[in-house]
Amino acid sequence: MAAVTLEGVTRTYPGGHTALDALDLDVADGEFLVLVGPSGCGKSTLLRLVAGLDAPSAGRIRIGGADVTDVAPQDRDVAMVFQSYALYPHMTVRQNLGYGLKVRGEPPDRVAARTTEVANALEIEELLDHRPAQLSGGQRQRVALGRALVRQPAAFLLDEPLSNLDPGLRTQARAELLRLHRRLGVTTLYVTHDQEEAMTLGSRVAVMRQGQLEQLAPSAELYTRPANTFVARFIGAPPMNLVDPAVLGLDAPADTLAGVRPHDLMLTDEGPIRATVELVEPRGHDTVVHARVQDDGPVVVSVVPAGTAVRVDGDVRLSVRSDRVHRFGRRTGARVAP
Amino acid sequence: MNGRAWTAAGIGLLALFAFPLYWALASSLTPEALLFEAPSLLPRQVTSEHYRALFADRAFLVPVRNSLVVAGLTTLVAVPVAALAAYALARLHLRGKTPLMALVLAVSMFPQISIVPPLYLILRELRLLDTYPGLVLPYLTFSTPLAIWLLTGFFRQLPRDLEDAAMLDGTSRLRALRDIVLPMAAPGLASTAILTFLFCWNEFLFALSFALGPDRYTVPVAIALFRGRYVVPWGEVLAATVVATVPVALVVLAFQRRIVSGLTAGAMKG
Repeated sequence: MAAVTLEGVTRTYPGGHTALDALDLDVADGEFLVLVGPSGCGKSTLLRLVAGLDAPSAGRIRIGGADVTDVAPQDRDVAMVFQSYALYPHMTVRQNLGYGLKVRGEPPDRVAARTTEVANALEIEELLDHRPAQLSGGQRQRVALGRALVRQPAAFLLDEPLSNLDPGLRTQARAELLRLHRRLGVTTLYVTHDQEEAMTLGSRVAVMRQGQLEQLAPSAELYTRPANTFVARFIGAPPMNLVDPAVLGLDAPADTLAGVRPHDLMLTDEGPIRATVELVEPRGHDTVVHARVQDDGPVVVSVVPAGTAVRVDGDVRLSVRSDRVHRFGRRTGARVAP
Repeated sequence: MNGRAWTAAGIGLLALFAFPLYWALASSLTPEALLFEAPSLLPRQVTSEHYRALFADRAFLVPVRNSLVVAGLTTLVAVPVAALAAYALARLHLRGKTPLMALVLAVSMFPQISIVPPLYLILRELRLLDTYPGLVLPYLTFSTPLAIWLLTGFFRQLPRDLEDAAMLDGTSRLRALRDIVLPMAAPGLASTAILTFLFCWNEFLFALSFALGPDRYTVPVAIALFRGRYVVPWGEVLAATVVATVPVALVVLAFQRRIVSGLTAGAMKG
């Protein structure tokens, strides 16, 4: 187990595209840190740099205090789970799990013992003699995880490991991952583009955009105190409403935008804001309402309890929980107090 | 088209391609005297005389052995060398990869006849005329570039994640190549080996130019030299054709399963 540290890490590709721009990141020993961002934000590049599969153009990478910037991947003592799982198709599950130990010169009886141990922990004992082609998606995901676990590495790198699973299975696998991390306490870097996954998994979440860190904070803080409009819109679903404060009847300094979460924008009979419903999306446990403020104002989104009577083209009144309004600089996008 | 029409079309195509082979086989079993009578689909009289004459009188086993040795050796050298080169071209960051690939291709594009005289002189200086290496070396100059091109394309299609996974598991790149890439590339390696083998098995010009006597003739050369001044022994020529086709057909059949089976299935999602 070890802390992972990135100092001023930059990765520029030959074409001139900068995937990571002077990025600093500290992952504490035993932490479960989630990297989240839209595709192309550099999160996968960051993971590959920590793994040693790609080399930074500038900056240093440390694992457990040791500078590994110029160390080959096989000597870094990290394990990675790939989005594609990358199981060896010509080997059985047993061989897939044991391969990392075997090439590191572990004696065969220890390889066998560890393989069985991990297979038991992941409940895949009965699959040990199958080949990857014979497994379901969920089973492959477990084998890929097992292959990373078997070596007891200093750090785990997980690259969207759940994105190929069915939604139901994904929730279950997510819970298992958390249990596993609690039990093993291995430093984990987890990459996803799914903000919900990021919120539920990470003790801390790093939101990235265009090769830069937008905010690094515990998931609750990302939601309650987003550092800028990008984080505000990226975290939380449906995304936060960002409008001119005047539209919502809030008094605020010029050059600011008001941010209101759809859950904090309520349909009330005596609300001060008049709006026309444009779209109603029932989600079962609640309903998402898109409404145009005044007659020609912006469209805002509100989440109301299921069963609330709203119809398309109907007029509604909205009110804002003023203690839950976020304020951002209109030009900079950065959060201004509170 | 419905299923039945497809089946009929398939059978028609099969007949078109298989008929010459059948005709060679049937004729090789027909007595010489009947060969030029009115043709019939089924031989009216069967004889093994041509095969007896082929192996007893003409010692046809010698060219068969020569061809097997030359084609086999060339394949055994060309495919491993090409595999290493192709992997480097497919995966490593090399300066000037594109010109290198073009050069490799250019080397194999020389008209063969244009390099027979210089090769002859070189081989004579090296005292390699009329030897197995005297054929294997020139064959390598043509077959290795071909194999490199085929295998580079094949390696490029393999998922890169698997090699990354292997290296994180603790292997060096070379060990990942041996343990992970080559087993997955088995169908490609088999196809490349077959093509290389066939190329050498069928090669005529070099074999004719660099073998000085019947002891080193390969199968195509031997068959071409069957004809006498006044007669062409068609029965024996066709028997030789059948003999020359059988090992090749066997090799292809032996590897067919590997070529067809998608070995990468199950490595990735879906």
